Amino acid sequence: MENKFVVSSSPHIRHSDSVQSVMTDVLIALFPVAVMAVLLFGYKALITMIISVVTAMIVEAVWLRKGNIFGDGSAAVTGLLFAMVLPPSPPWWLVVAGAASAIIIGKQVFGGIGYNIFNPALVGRAIVVVSWGGHMAGRIWSQPDPFNFMADISAVTTASPLAGQEEALAVSLTQLFIGNVAGCIGETSALALLLGGIWLYYKGHIDWRIPVGFIGVVFLMGAIFGGGFYSGHFLTGLFHVLAGGVILGALFMATDMVTTPVTPAGKLIFGIGCGLITMLIRFWGTLPEGVTFAILIMNAVTPIIDRFTVPQQFGGVKKSA
Amino acid sequence: MGSTVFKGGVHPDYHKDLTAELAVSLMKAPSTVVIPLQQHIGAPCEPIEGIEEGARVKMGQKIADSSGFVSAPIHASVSGTVKKIGQYNHPLGRPVTAITIESDGLDEWDESVKAAGDVESLSAEDLRKIIREAGIVGLGGATFPAHVKLSPPPEKKIDYVIINGAECEPYLTADHRVMLEKPGDIVYGLKVMIKALGAEKGVIGIEDNKPDAIKALEEAVADEENITVAKLHTKYPQGAEKMLIQVTTGRKVPSGGLPLEVGVVNHNVGTAVAITQAIREGKPLIERVVTVTGAGVNQPANLLVRVGTLVSEVLEACGGLREETRKLIAGGPMMGLAQPSADIPVIKGTSGILALTDLDVSITESSPCIRCAKCVDSCPVQLLPTSIAQAAEHGLFKQAEKLHAMDCFECGCCSYVCPSKIPLTQWIRIAKAEIAKAKNK
Repeated sequence: MENKFVVSSSPHIRHSDSVQSVMTDVLIALFPVAVMAVLLFGYKALITMIISVVTAMIVEAVWLRKGNIFGDGSAAVTGLLFAMVLPPSPPWWLVVAGAASAIIIGKQVFGGIGYNIFNPALVGRAIVVVSWGGHMAGRIWSQPDPFNFMADISAVTTASPLAGQEEALAVSLTQLFIGNVAGCIGETSALALLLGGIWLYYKGHIDWRIPVGFIGVVFLMGAIFGGGFYSGHFLTGLFHVLAGGVILGALFMATDMVTTPVTPAGKLIFGIGCGLITMLIRFWGTLPEGVTFAILIMNAVTPIIDRFTVPQQFGGVKKSA
Repeated sequence: MGSTVFKGGVHPDYHKDLTAELAVSLMKAPSTVVIPLQQHIGAPCEPIEGIEEGARVKMGQKIADSSGFVSAPIHASVSGTVKKIGQYNHPLGRPVTAITIESDGLDEWDESVKAAGDVESLSAEDLRKIIREAGIVGLGGATFPAHVKLSPPPEKKIDYVIINGAECEPYLTADHRVMLEKPGDIVYGLKVMIKALGAEKGVIGIEDNKPDAIKALEEAVADEENITVAKLHTKYPQGAEKMLIQVTTGRKVPSGGLPLEVGVVNHNVGTAVAITQAIREGKPLIERVVTVTGAGVNQPANLLVRVGTLVSEVLEACGGLREETRKLIAGGPMMGLAQPSADIPVIKGTSGILALTDLDVSITESSPCIRCAKCVDSCPVQLLPTSIAQAAEHGLFKQAEKLHAMDCFECGCCSYVCPSKIPLTQWIRIAKAEIAKAKNK
């Protein structure tokens, strides 16, 4: 028998997961969020998402000089996540500029996928918030118009629930849970976000530690330090979890694989840190919302967290320092 | 009894249905056997006096031995004439000295093959000696000489003997069949080990995907006071000794240490049967059960094969290989060794011969690490495979050592789960080799 066979180092079988399949799973997880965004904010939200995703994919394909526009799928994920943290009807050029910045400044200048330090979608958001604050804050928050696809949502504007802080507890928690409140198109519906999060957890792509740490701290600090009618009540904690971008941030941004710790303890620390900084900004900072910068700051300290949370190996003993 | 599930691990497709239902069949002895003189961990053997080209040998006759303690003698697996003593391909990669015997077809047993007594009448010392002389090594694949594990230093008190029937490697069913067909021999072998070690308890660990084997062994131990069967969660690498000991006894083998440091010795089910045959029949280890399987094999089977049979002949006995075969592996798909050709002998440690086709062997280029931490979650010894691999890639072997690279036992889980298809296990192997090299300087 003169057969010559392929020789390689074991293992000889591989799991079917690939970077592309992981990214596709994230897109699937975002599907209910996208559907809810359109249900709440109408066609303008859909257009925002399309512009963002297409821009991100084209910019990445051109940058990498690759013909396959979907590629590993990570640009589509970045584009969609960036759209999720925009108001429902921003000018088209803002979406293009933000999505392009997310890919180029957020990711490619560091060396592309796997090498970026900061969450690309949040880099895009930080850039548009700083550059065109007028389009991103205060007066543009539109009240959703559920089930009206052709809704001209910019007609009725209101404050984000967080801008009025806990007075807005008048906004029922049920409405907050469903997402029928003003806000970024992908952040308002806790229901849709949880569905996506459950899918990602089921597929093994996210660890419980980051979302639980993040949401847990927001809840505790909200309940303890929250003001207004229900001050010191767990409902205030719940309000802080449901209003604003905490759930989107905790399930989809703070769980971004590339920019968060790989160690189990590190993940918990990362989540707790995100929650802490978010609440510091909400209560004592100048911005009404702090999720974006909380995650970006924790991204920056991720290498240090990883370094100091190397797990104890099986049967190992703690070295006394 | 401690935690019943170990941390980490993976759930690959098992593909055991290809051969799980097939009773072990006896493969006809080949006309020629090639018996390598290195079939165990430890000092290689030398041909003993009188074994030279042209010499006549009988089946079961000792043909090679070593004076080293960590070693096991080697016996003729057929009767016939020594044709050649020289280098031959070996499943571990490097050619080694091997004795080629042309069979006379008579299978005439050597006079030395006879029962010496039984577990009741023989002393612990006698038992160990018989096991050594029978050339028994760990048949799970590690091929550590069995008598060495049964001779711990006197200050180490061993209370548990664990029989490994986990068979967590996908595809392999040799141990499964042995458990179904020879449960009594496994229990007898375990009693020999308990006596040889002066131990108190025996545990037979079996993954719960083999309920029939669990039942067979439970029946076989029904009358034994100190032997139990442990039903193990099906998860790779459940059969790794550290994981097996943790789930059956709740004890953790210390980093860099041996099971005997927590009072445990473990052996594979096949080893237990070989020990039984050595005690009861005086039979040395000259044959073993091999699972021949994979999509590339025409007629998958569990075969009882003489040591020294060429893999090419074993494959012929199974209807030959399909044309689409791309990879030939000695052992299982997670830890087995890929072979460039079938021109290698079956050795004592060959638990399986696996032929994978194009479909299984998807060779994809690796892409950058996306830090998904799936490798971290899958590592049964809680290492950071991606960090160790990165250190190795950059030549930072000191850093790899700090990250406990030497604790890796190369189960392959990290490479298996990696969505970027990075050969993490291979990088860690490189790191381990470099760390060991630096230590020996």
